[in-house]
Amino acid sequence: MRSSSGAILGLTLLAGFTMAAACAEEAPPACQVPASLQSSDSPLPRVTQAVKDAHALNILVAGSRSSTIPSAESNAYPARLQAYLKEGLPSVTVNVSVELQIKKTAAEVAAGFARLLENKKPTLVIWQTGTVDAMRSVDPDEFRAAIDQGVAALQKAGTDVILMNLQYSPRTESVISPPPYLDNLRVVAQQYDVPLFDRFAIMQQWNDSGDFDLFSASPGLNLVKRVHDCRGRALSKFVIDTAHLDTAKQNRQN
Amino acid sequence: MTSVADRIAGPALAGGAVPLPIGLAPTVSSAPVSGRELRLDLFRGLALWLIYIDHLPTSLLTWLTIRNYGFSDATEIFIFISGYTASFVYGRAMRDAGFVVATARILRRVWQIYVAHVFLFTIFLAEISYVATSFENPLYTEEMGILDFLKQPDITIVQALLLRFRPVNMDVLPLYIVLMLFLPLILLLMQRRADITLALSVLLYAVTLQYDLHLSAYPNGVWAFNPFAWQLLFVFGAWCAQGGAKRMSRILSSRITLWIALGYLLAAFYVTLTWNIAAMNSWLPRWLEQWMYPINKTDLDVLRFVHFLALAAVTVRFLRQDWPGLKSPWLRPLILCGQHSLEIFCIGVFLAFAGHFVLAEAAGGAVFHVVLHALVSAAGILIMSGAAWLISWYKHSADKSARTKGTIGNADLAGGSL
Repeated sequence: MRSSSGAILGLTLLAGFTMAAACAEEAPPACQVPASLQSSDSPLPRVTQAVKDAHALNILVAGSRSSTIPSAESNAYPARLQAYLKEGLPSVTVNVSVELQIKKTAAEVAAGFARLLENKKPTLVIWQTGTVDAMRSVDPDEFRAAIDQGVAALQKAGTDVILMNLQYSPRTESVISPPPYLDNLRVVAQQYDVPLFDRFAIMQQWNDSGDFDLFSASPGLNLVKRVHDCRGRALSKFVIDTAHLDTAKQNRQN
Repeated sequence: MTSVADRIAGPALAGGAVPLPIGLAPTVSSAPVSGRELRLDLFRGLALWLIYIDHLPTSLLTWLTIRNYGFSDATEIFIFISGYTASFVYGRAMRDAGFVVATARILRRVWQIYVAHVFLFTIFLAEISYVATSFENPLYTEEMGILDFLKQPDITIVQALLLRFRPVNMDVLPLYIVLMLFLPLILLLMQRRADITLALSVLLYAVTLQYDLHLSAYPNGVWAFNPFAWQLLFVFGAWCAQGGAKRMSRILSSRITLWIALGYLLAAFYVTLTWNIAAMNSWLPRWLEQWMYPINKTDLDVLRFVHFLALAAVTVRFLRQDWPGLKSPWLRPLILCGQHSLEIFCIGVFLAFAGHFVLAEAAGGAVFHVVLHALVSAAGILIMSGAAWLISWYKHSADKSARTKGTIGNADLAGGSL
């Protein structure tokens, strides 16, 4: 064991020499998102219709704590999504609200949807889920059943749905195992033909490309705000592309 | 290093391999002369390397691991081979020395695995406590909440000792402990009615899938590898070692089997391509996706099991036991690792923790991380190979001194550990 840590130390030093060369090549963070993660083939018919007919878009984000930034909610991705959507769709009244479901599993959140939608009538619900279930290692089959039930309830209440999966969190990889939950979210998304915003893959992409150092031990609030800003932008493009709002806008102008 | 390894390994094997009783010889496929199936060691060693690479954060090297080319991964190989060798070694002990002695030896082995697990847990606690105290990233406020278990170390540690609290990547050894605990019973049945034992195992697997049998974990959830399901691979390995492989040889050498296996492997490869290449995401018919997904690792999905069978069938056909490459110095590190699997597995898990730590601490750009990642992976594999060589050297010395005293080497030395 002692020899192994010694060897790793040696390798770290060795690798240090390559760092200077690597740093020189680094580009400024652009938080690009690959085209395949940027839109979905599954439709958002009600969003398309609402923007075309009523020039209005009401979005509800139902999510856990990672859908907000403690002490800086106006910088969290739902607020940024609203800003970017307004910018991208100037003639549409956009309203994004957030319903935080702290420490609730997918099953608990799904059970509350019918009640939640009695008061609000959103066109689109963005359901960010999976984190709490992964942390509690809920049986993946039960998780899938809960997502299934939740999406069915939302569609029954007459809204479009976008599912959003877990954050990529490299530091907690040895205590949280996301793959079963990522897989099951994908399965339900396919089953109901609803778009899946792959937050996990996008963040991993940003980390790997060097846009953000998500391993960083104490990055401060600034990095968090930038990540949420990038996520809000990616999500706005995702909504616009998936619901074909660009073409809808053009049609209206013609 | 290779020449030394050869010198060490030669006599170690000769000393370790007790000549087979005549009645036993045909139980191993294609009748081994040396009594030691180097192919088993080779693939178990390979499985250990792949498990190590899979436990590191994803990188370019992850693309080398078999889970990107089909449904099954290194875990299947590892459990199957362990069932095979355990059945081979302790089955012989049971025949020669009786049920009680064989059971006693198996329980000693279980104890060793348990101690190894607790040792790894200690290292895990140190790592995770470090993360908890030094990590302050508001982006992950929610995810860090999982470390709350550190506020109750008493409960956590007791639950870990009971095998109910198991961090990610530490699921294999508890599965193993449970499987090994049932090995005496499996062997007892197997030596009387091998096929019925296998049939019972299949039945238990089917019941598990149907009625969702599972072991619960702490604080909630279930075991990541369900022993009720994974026992199938273990018992299947045991069955092969007790003559099943020999009886299957006609099926294995048939052309039809080969084509079915190859066809299945190709189909599985195509499916995994659609996961990994974004442009191919929608290249599968929807009905197939709905029927097939999710491919459940916890309960050893049938698709995974069949994929393993296909891989094994093709491997056994093309990699003959007398293949001279098995003696080549290039494969020696892999074989050595496979021969000391418990120790190397533990070192691998430890190295994966250490690798995580190095990768997390090293600040630098993307290119730097890719290089560092490759270095960490290579260093880990070198350390594992070096440790295997060292352990082999120790065992060789111990074995030699034991022989001069006239004692008989124990079953662990004869047929590989675990």
